[in-house]
Amino acid sequence: MTEIIPKNTLLEVRNLKVHFPVLTGIFRRKNDFIRAVDDVSFKVDRGSTVGLVGESGSGKTTIGRSLVKLAPVTEGSILYENEDITQMSTKSFFPYRKKIQMIFQDPYNSLNPRLTVYQIISEPLEIHFIEWDKTRKRKRVEELLQKVGLESKHIDRYPHEFSGGQRQRIGIARALAVEPEFIICDEPVSSLDVSVQAQIINLLQDLQEELALTYLFIAHDLAVIEHISDYVLVMTKGKIVEQATAESIYQSPQNNYTKSLLAAVPHLSTK
Amino acid sequence: MHGLIHESGLSEILKMKQNILKQLLNRPLGFTCIIILAIFYLCAIFAPFIAPYTTSEQNLKKSYHPPTGIIWKEGRLHVKIYKNIDPTAAKYEYSFGNSVPIHFFAKGYPYKFLGLIPSDRHLFQVDRDNKIYLLGSDSTGRDTFSRLVYGSRISLSIGLIAISITMIMGFIVGGLSGYYGGKLDFFTMRIVEFLMAIPGLYLLLALRSALAPYFDSAQMFFLIVIILASIGWAGTARIIRGMSLSIRSRQFVLAAESMGQSSIIILFKHILPNLTSYLLVAATLSIPGYILGEAALSFLGLGIQEPSASWGLMLSQAQNMKVFMLNFWWLLTPGLAIFITVIAFNVLGDILRDIIDPKMKA
Ligand SMILES: Nc1ncnc2c1ncn2[C@@H]1O[C@H](COP(=O)(O)OP(=O)(O)OP(=O)(O)O)[C@@H](O)[C@H]1O
Ligand SMILES: [Mg+2]
Repeated sequence: MTEIIPKNTLLEVRNLKVHFPVLTGIFRRKNDFIRAVDDVSFKVDRGSTVGLVGESGSGKTTIGRSLVKLAPVTEGSILYENEDITQMSTKSFFPYRKKIQMIFQDPYNSLNPRLTVYQIISEPLEIHFIEWDKTRKRKRVEELLQKVGLESKHIDRYPHEFSGGQRQRIGIARALAVEPEFIICDEPVSSLDVSVQAQIINLLQDLQEELALTYLFIAHDLAVIEHISDYVLVMTKGKIVEQATAESIYQSPQNNYTKSLLAAVPHLSTK
Repeated sequence: MHGLIHESGLSEILKMKQNILKQLLNRPLGFTCIIILAIFYLCAIFAPFIAPYTTSEQNLKKSYHPPTGIIWKEGRLHVKIYKNIDPTAAKYEYSFGNSVPIHFFAKGYPYKFLGLIPSDRHLFQVDRDNKIYLLGSDSTGRDTFSRLVYGSRISLSIGLIAISITMIMGFIVGGLSGYYGGKLDFFTMRIVEFLMAIPGLYLLLALRSALAPYFDSAQMFFLIVIILASIGWAGTARIIRGMSLSIRSRQFVLAAESMGQSSIIILFKHILPNLTSYLLVAATLSIPGYILGEAALSFLGLGIQEPSASWGLMLSQAQNMKVFMLNFWWLLTPGLAIFITVIAFNVLGDILRDIIDPKMKA
């Protein structure tokens, strides 16, 4: 590595491409590719929130997943704390699975319906803190539940006993369990009611302050991102068409696509 | 690998089963099916105690004896005594007033209770010179009721054994190939398709006749089970594969992967518990197939052999012109037993699906 990366950069993505083969015909030949992510570069500073916005199918989720090897990287590199993690083996990538956590879009789908809240939140603890005994894990889970605004006595309930917003809090508690540095929030509020959205976003902001977290925050409309992001990436059809600080995106958008996204945001003069 | 099959996952499955059982018993039809099957299986387990005679105890003077009537006399149950009035047509007549008392918990032929404790007590017996034929006798004077009770051991257990093999194979093969996908998936699915293309009954017939000289009746029983199950798992595997393919892309599986959970634990902790409802329904619904399979084979003379008894074998012995011409209807009771069992399992499976489906949507 010849370049010098500024000290406060946590994650850097360079020319990332993720192409999914389209299998056609009876021989399932790879004739074509879906360019889900096509030559994308960006940086995430430690302690900041980077918003990633774009319409459905633009490749946002794919970027998030490729960071934790849930999607295959076709080309390009991902650097975490100056370390290239793109080609890392499962074994050497393991510590990063503790540092980087994900919060998923659909709270009805991201929690196993057959497990209790305790079992769900303690799963990452079982993987990364093998030496912990059950009482310690239980204590930690109760603590986490309180931290995300749930009652610790609900620890043995099943997901279906909670509302969408509460489930998303459980998902957040699971992501926080192993004390990560970096959290990929993949549209954590898009399936929630507007009033609940604000609560969850506020919770995420409070947690960021308290735990010095770094977020990659994915959303499909700018209204949600406006609140939380320091820096915004605007994405369409697998490419980032504009990236700038949140302020300059709102005040002087350069790209036509960004302008059309902005036009869709209802004007809230009270902000 | 800490805690391979997750303790909590297992207790969760048990809890769910209890819940399903409760709902099942709350429905009249489900309750009826459970009671019927419970009685049948209890009879099978306690066959030597319940059956008054062994499967091979003959009485050539009493062939095709009709079911003996039971009357209340002198403060206890008596069984009517019949006289053979026409040996050629197997005609029996009750001579009025002639009866012997039934002794409950009386001594009879010796056996081992549950295969362990030697005993000679039976639920009911009559004195040695007379016979109690609750469901008549067959051509050599053997008690149909006793044979039916003993036969249920084979006919009812074949389904359970085969289904366990089918479900375990189906889950392992289908679960793995759905979860891992790629080449493994491709090859296993071709094997599955190959197995599904084999016409099972003809293969059974061929194997059975080829292997007949080498096995006795008990070994044949297991052979049938294994052959039936080793063809049967393919269909299950295919369905399980589809389900595990769809579950593996659910976000809670991705969440587990992203936090570094191992594949085996994902399979047992996240995928299997979400398949148990399906496995339960599928198992209940496919048991009748195995019961009928055994019956068909034995009926064709390719399954269980004398002197063992199975429902299919008993039916095959009833396919005799004499039985139909002279209306020895009691020899067809094994058919009724098969019918009731099959219906009970099917209805139970349907009700289970009813109970489970809305839950799976939640
Ligand atoms: N595993 C995959 N195999 C094939 N194609 C895929 C796969 N995952 C994503 N794609 C395709 O990549 C493109 C981008 O998908 P992606 O889920 O990243 O979009 P998104 O921006 O997150 O959309 P949304 O707002 O709907 O979540 C889509 O066209 C999608 O069909
Ligand atoms: Mg998405």
